[in-house]
Formats: sequence, structure tokens, C-alpha cells
Amino acid sequence: MKVVGLGLALQAAVLALATTTAGLAEERGGRPGFEAKVEYCKTCHGLSGEGYRGYYAMPRLAGQQPKYIENQLRAFIERRRVNPVMFNVAHVLTPTTLAALTTHFHELNPPPLGGAPRENIGLGRTIFEQGLPESNVAACSACHGPDAKGHEEIPRLAGQLYPYTVKSLTYWSKERGQGGQRDDTSAIMVVTTHNLTPAQISAIASYLAYLR
Amino acid sequence: MKALRLSVLLGAALFAAAATRCFAEDHPPEPLPKPQLDAKIAYCKTCHGLAGQGFRAAYTMPRIAGQQPEYLEEQLRAFIERRRLHPLMQNVAQALNPATLSAIAAHFRDLNPKPLGGAAKDLVSVGKKIYEEGVPDRQVAACASCHGPEAKGEGAMPRLAGQLHEYTSQTLANWGRERGQDPAKPDSSALMQPIAQALTREQTAAVAAYLEGLQ
Amino acid sequence: MKRKRAALTLLAVAALAEAPALAQEQLPVRNCAWCHGPSAQGSGAAPRIAGQRASYIEKELLEFREHARDNPASKQYMWGATARLSPQAAHDFAQYYSALPAQPAEDGDGSLVESGKLIYEQGVPDANVVSCIVCHGPRGEGFDAIPRLGGMSYAYIKGRLEQWTKGYDASAHPMPIVSSKLSAADIEALASYVSFLK
Repeated sequence: MKVVGLGLALQAAVLALATTTAGLAEERGGRPGFEAKVEYCKTCHGLSGEGYRGYYAMPRLAGQQPKYIENQLRAFIERRRVNPVMFNVAHVLTPTTLAALTTHFHELNPPPLGGAPRENIGLGRTIFEQGLPESNVAACSACHGPDAKGHEEIPRLAGQLYPYTVKSLTYWSKERGQGGQRDDTSAIMVVTTHNLTPAQISAIASYLAYLR
Repeated sequence: MKALRLSVLLGAALFAAAATRCFAEDHPPEPLPKPQLDAKIAYCKTCHGLAGQGFRAAYTMPRIAGQQPEYLEEQLRAFIERRRLHPLMQNVAQALNPATLSAIAAHFRDLNPKPLGGAAKDLVSVGKKIYEEGVPDRQVAACASCHGPEAKGEGAMPRLAGQLHEYTSQTLANWGRERGQDPAKPDSSALMQPIAQALTREQTAAVAAYLEGLQ
Repeated sequence: MKRKRAALTLLAVAALAEAPALAQEQLPVRNCAWCHGPSAQGSGAAPRIAGQRASYIEKELLEFREHARDNPASKQYMWGATARLSPQAAHDFAQYYSALPAQPAEDGDGSLVESGKLIYEQGVPDANVVSCIVCHGPRGEGFDAIPRLGGMSYAYIKGRLEQWTKGYDASAHPMPIVSSKLSAADIEALASYVSFLK
């Protein structure tokens, strides 16, 4: 008896829900324009651009160098950087929107998302500051700055998500510089990423994840 | 007994050190095999640009393409011996095999990319005048007299053509703080010291702007 | 074939039900079975919880208790069910149900699967509809506390997407934003596709 009653009640609930959704938009909702596009980016990249760990790790964009974001968006559009989701996102952007987005994210400054393992932060810091000359790995700080905030087209790394940094360094040549002869700023990282071991990559990524 | 054993050990150590040095002088270290040399050169290019043209990053990495080999080797040796101080290059130097210096320098000598550019154009003519005529009332000789009319350098005198303007300005401004840092081992950097000191900031900027555009 | 599969599933569930340390003798799972079905595959508005991500189940149970998940069905059934739920019990329930095998509902509109898949994988960038794949994974497997969607029933997924557009469960970022961009047709396609996703 109890089961039957419950079942009926459930069906009634479903029916109730169904009828109340009749007023749902026939067309897609949301405001047009820049605000909507910013919100769209933030849906995946975090409400303050701090990044988000989904099935894929969506990187932090907050505080990022505008020239770097711009280069990456163009690289996605031109398929010099291969990422099916970001290609779709980027290729509908107008140049004005693209430029405005980069400025917007540059100005955000939430604390780092954190969540990285902590055991090898010290090693990560050492590699970041001094490189590994015996392994022909340049000091990251030389280009990315001692505070890892980047410079012009060289990206900020401070506060970047651990799984994203690990993936980027590990699969660098598979994802970036896919445009053949076309000029691509990603070429400079090929040697470095090639010479890093997985343990070193993990250490560096751990260090960066907590940098403000 | 203990003292004797210790002194024997010490004696042996000293002997070994001396023997190694004698050995090294008679038998210079083998140059690196090609794959390792190539890897080291690729490493240099990570910062100095894929064609050695220099790179503007958090630090300004100078152009080394087309540099005079004797000068480049001397600078690398100065980093190794801490006669020239720079935190980034110090780390690089730690892992530099002295036997590779001439091979590295030879590689970069042969590179000739376009200058990176970027300096203010309005300073160029002022800079050219200083480069060619010096600044007589400050006892600054014409740069061209040592670095050559086309700023390509010669022997121990560096090429300046195509050098990044920020690097040139910083170098002249920091000369005495960065170079010749071992008083026990004076080096050729002493030559530039009075000149670096005599030039004003504006004059340095002008010369740097002129040099950056030279192919 | 289907009946055979169902029978095998029941057997598997029966076998597994004995396995966890805090099994049916200690966890009052029969209370959940009233709505969620004896093998936790879901029934009507009550979703499949078998094979759902443990962190997600645990989080949702606590959200029901805190009344953060406030859509009408949750309010009517789950608030009462979780009123005296301890965090440890939430954890134990989550571990138990996440280990059960899940059957895909496959109750959506088959003709909408292709268009649903397109939205699932690529979103609709022109309309600021994000792709689902980046958080929920290529096979709807989810990640950490982000729920597994693969094979959830069409009716349930449709209901959830609609609830968010109405302002329910506002703390479930980023789903309210995601849903707000979807049209009714998008929801139909997505919910159908997801019900077949394995």
C-alpha cells in the first residue's frame, strides 16, 4: 500500500514539474554582448577566473598577461594549439570582444585555487628559480619573472592549477605549435618541456599552484 | 696513530689534487659529443632566442647571434670564474663544461637573424652621432673606433649591432657592479669602466637605440 | 536480452550488497529503495543512484539536509529523509551506492541523440552555451564531486536543467548559469543524449 501511494505521489510530482515548465524560453536566453561572453568564460574558468577542476582542468585566467591570452585564443582559432572545446569557444569571438576579454581577466585577482600536493614544493621552487643547468632546463624565473607573473606574451604562472600545469608541460609538443612552419611563440618551450622529468614537472606545478 | 693516519690522508689528497691539475693541463678535457653539445646549445636558445636574436622576458636576454667568438667565450669564462656576476648566468655557468665554450661560441657566431628591434626611433640619429664621434667633452672616445664602423666588433671587442636596447642600457648602467668583480683577476672589462661611467642615461639610451637597428 | 541483463544485474546487486562493510544490515537502505528502486536504478522522479560518484552523493545528501537543494521534489522527499542524517552516514551511503552497477536509462528520444551529443561535446559558443564534456567528461563519467551523467534518465536530467532555470538549487554553481542559456529544444536533446550515454 505504502509503495503504491508513494509511486502515485511521485508521478504527480513529475507531472506538476512538467506543466510548470511550459513557460520556458523557446529560444536561448541570456543577454547578448560582452557581459554574456564574460559570464560564459567564467562558467568554466571560475566565477573570478580562478580556474576549475572538472573532468578537464580549466586553467586560471585571473591576472593573466593580456597578450598571452590573446595569442592563445588566436592559436586555438588557427588550430596551432589543438583543443576541440576551445576552438569552438574562440572562433566565434570578434576581435573587439577578444581584446576586451583579455583586459577583463587581467584585472581579476582571486586567491589561488590550491589543491596541489605539497611534498615537493621546495624542489619546485628551486627549479623555478635556478633551472636545472645539468639537464639544460632554463630557470623559469628568467622569462616568467621571479614572482611568476609573466611579461608581455610570456604567461603568468602564479596560482595556476596543478593538473593544468602538469598537463601543459607533459604534452606541450602534442598540443601546441601544431601549425607547422607558421610563427608560433610556443616553440621556445619545446626544449625545456622535453628535458623535464615527470617528478620535476610535478614539483614545479605544486610550487606554482600556491603562488599568489 | 690517528694523527699519522690523518696526515697521510691529507697528503694523499693534496697529491691527488695536484696530479689531477697536472693531468688536466697536459690533457685538456674532451669536448662534448655532438648530441650533448646540441642539447646545450638548444638550452642557450631557450632564453636567448631560437636564432640567438635575444628575448624580452622578465629579464632581457641579450642577442648572441653573430657575436665575436673570443668575446663570447671570455664572458662565459667570466661567469664560470665569477668575474662577472649575474644570478641567472651563474646557474648556467655551473653546468658549463669549459671544453664546450669554443663550440658554443662558433655556433652563435654563424647565426644572423634580423634585429629584434623595438627602440624609440627618435633617438637613433643622436645615438649614431655619439657612436661615430664619441662625446669629446666627457673624454668618451667614438665607440666605432673599437667596435668597428658597423658595430660588428673584432676579436675581444664585442659586436653591438642588433643588440636589444634595454640590455645595452642596463649593461652600461651596471658595468662596475656586474663586471670585473674579482679584484684578484682584473680583466678586459676594466677598459669600458670609465666610458660607462661618463655617459649620461640619455646618451646611453640614444646609442642603444641606434645599435638595436643595425643589421 | 533485456530481461536477461536485468536478471543478471539483480544477481550482481544481491551479491554486491553483501560485500561492503556497512551493508544492508547496518545501513537502512531499504528506506532509499522505496523511491530509488531495489537496485537503486531510479524510479520516476527519483534518480538512479547506483554507480553515482561517491563524493557527489555525499555532498548532495548534506545539501538536502542543509536545505541548499531546494527544488520541489527534493523538498518534498529528501529533506525529510535526510533530516537526521549524520555526516558519517552520508559518507557510508555514498560509498555503498557508488559501488553498485549502473544501468543506462535509455529513455530519451533516440532521434535527438545526435544533436544532443553535439551540444554535450561542443556547447553552442554563439549562444554562450558551454560544453558539458569539460566538467562531466566525454562519457558523462563526472569527476570528483561533479556528478556522473551517463545513462541518467531523460526525465530526471530534463527536470534538473529546468529547475536551475527557475532559480532552484542556486548554490550548484555553475549549473544555474549553464541552464540559463539553454532553450527548451537544447534541454530535450541533451536529456535524451545523456540517457543513452555510457
